[in-house]
Amino acid sequence: MDAVQPEGVRYVAKNMRVDLRLIAEMIAPASRVLDIGCGDGSLIDHLYRTKGCDARGIEIDMAEVTRAVVHGLPVMHGDADHDLAQYPDGAFDYVVLSRTLQAVERPREVLRQMLRIGRSALVSFPNFGHWQLRWQLLWTGQMPMTSVWAKPWHETPNIHPCTIRDFFALCEEEGYTVEKWLAIDEAGQKAPWTRAIGMANMFGDQALFQLRRG
Amino acid sequence: MAERVNSVVACRDMDTALPDIDHQRVVFDDGLTLECGQRLERLEVAYRTYGKLNAERTNAVLICHALTGDQYVAETHPVTGKPGWWEMVVGPGRPIDTERFFVICSNVIGGCMGSTGPLARRDGGEGPWGTDFPPVTVKDMVAAQRKLVGHFGIARLFAVAGGSLGGMQVLQWAANFPEMVFAAVPIATAPYHSAQNIAFNEVGRQSIFADPDWQGGRYWETGRIPARGLAVARMVAHITYLSEEALTRKFGRRVRGGQAMTAFADLFEVESYLRHQGSTFVGRFDANAYLTITRATDYFDLAEEFGGDLAAAFRGSRTRFCLISFTSDWLYPTAESRNIARALNGAAANVSFVEIASDKGHDAFLLDEPDFHRALRGFLAGCAEHAGLA
Repeated sequence: MDAVQPEGVRYVAKNMRVDLRLIAEMIAPASRVLDIGCGDGSLIDHLYRTKGCDARGIEIDMAEVTRAVVHGLPVMHGDADHDLAQYPDGAFDYVVLSRTLQAVERPREVLRQMLRIGRSALVSFPNFGHWQLRWQLLWTGQMPMTSVWAKPWHETPNIHPCTIRDFFALCEEEGYTVEKWLAIDEAGQKAPWTRAIGMANMFGDQALFQLRRG
Repeated sequence: MAERVNSVVACRDMDTALPDIDHQRVVFDDGLTLECGQRLERLEVAYRTYGKLNAERTNAVLICHALTGDQYVAETHPVTGKPGWWEMVVGPGRPIDTERFFVICSNVIGGCMGSTGPLARRDGGEGPWGTDFPPVTVKDMVAAQRKLVGHFGIARLFAVAGGSLGGMQVLQWAANFPEMVFAAVPIATAPYHSAQNIAFNEVGRQSIFADPDWQGGRYWETGRIPARGLAVARMVAHITYLSEEALTRKFGRRVRGGQAMTAFADLFEVESYLRHQGSTFVGRFDANAYLTITRATDYFDLAEEFGGDLAAAFRGSRTRFCLISFTSDWLYPTAESRNIARALNGAAANVSFVEIASDKGHDAFLLDEPDFHRALRGFLAGCAEHAGLA
């Protein structure tokens, strides 16, 4: 990862996760953003500093919330399953859910809420269709574990894993328009398979979708 | 029997009224019309300030004190000689940094540290108001503070912060004067007083009424104050400020070496602690002020003013909020702060909300809680950046 920074990754947010960097690129300046599962708030800090966004966060882990508030970031304790219903319709331009969809209780409802309170939803998730996972399950007959899916089945908070294909299917079922999507490979780069879902689903470690209603 | 009476609350030198202190204050001759409809012809607001107001008058932080607090936030208290109640939070280099901010704190109206209240001389009459002092509300307290802020020529407060009843005032400020509050920090508070909160306050009030020295509230006439009643009120209230864990940690079941099996001597350490709390309290607080202010907190229900919809209180608000609660606070538990957060979300307001892990109960907001202090400092620093305060 010490390689030359590719074009398009302009932001200095060195410690920011790859998917967050890619999400940041999708967000227009000066927009209103809600980041669900914002951790220590690095994305909202980045969006405020580089794009002048009114960015806020919700986080379930109180230690992370405290860290974010200590850094002066507008982050509140809350979670995707229970707290989105409180917001009024169209309160945000973008609602971000990064690497959290697989861990919520009701992913379908969370997506509905995101697209109710936001004009646009940005969702990233680890792809359970990756070839390594398929291979491990086929070969060992046990639940697969990789660097992305790093916890054993009895420990993982990821109760709703899905593949890129699954996610496309859900969007169709719910009538969401996929405005953009991309897969990210092991090296954290945008993978060049945006025209071939099957390939992305096989080789993409993570996926990132931008959705809007209807 | 005499021994028993003494042991009920062992207090010496209690039968003296509050010392007469010349508190710093502003007099508003135009008075104040209260929510109850009555009018105070003359309004006095006693206050203290710390730090310097900048030339643009944009760095003011208003601190709202709790039930038995006062304006002596960060200096030796003139009555008790003890450090200010929030010295850990307010001062040079502290989370509310007086080298950066101009800090104002005023005594609430209805109080007994110099602002208009039951101890003050009644309008157009002889002697103090006593129990004739009109009922005041949190909204009235804020209205009086609003006048004080105007007196300083401040158009917008950088922040309003306070815990407990102080937090209620912060919420009221944000709801009534949103354009005057850049940042609001309601700490360990609630959007309304619950039945349990009212119940505890009522026990306190009844213990004051039950004291023969209360004399229908006209105790100044004899010079004997209802010290026992007020002390018991404080003892009950003090239990609600702590937590079972904190009491266990501090006292457990330890005894003071007194003889066992007596009902009257203070046997357990926790008893003598509470008696001490009660007896020192009466030296610095007026019973009628206690009745007035506990009533004001009981009346508090912010949503009521907005048709029962708390979110409506904050709709369109550009204020940046930071809600802080404490895990072991059972007087104003985290669930109440969560209610406020929910309403603020409903208004799409800018909210930070953090629950601090502490076993110290409600009083945690007055004590050494590093995470709380770091969060408060960080929130204010972030807001200062957004407000363009250098």
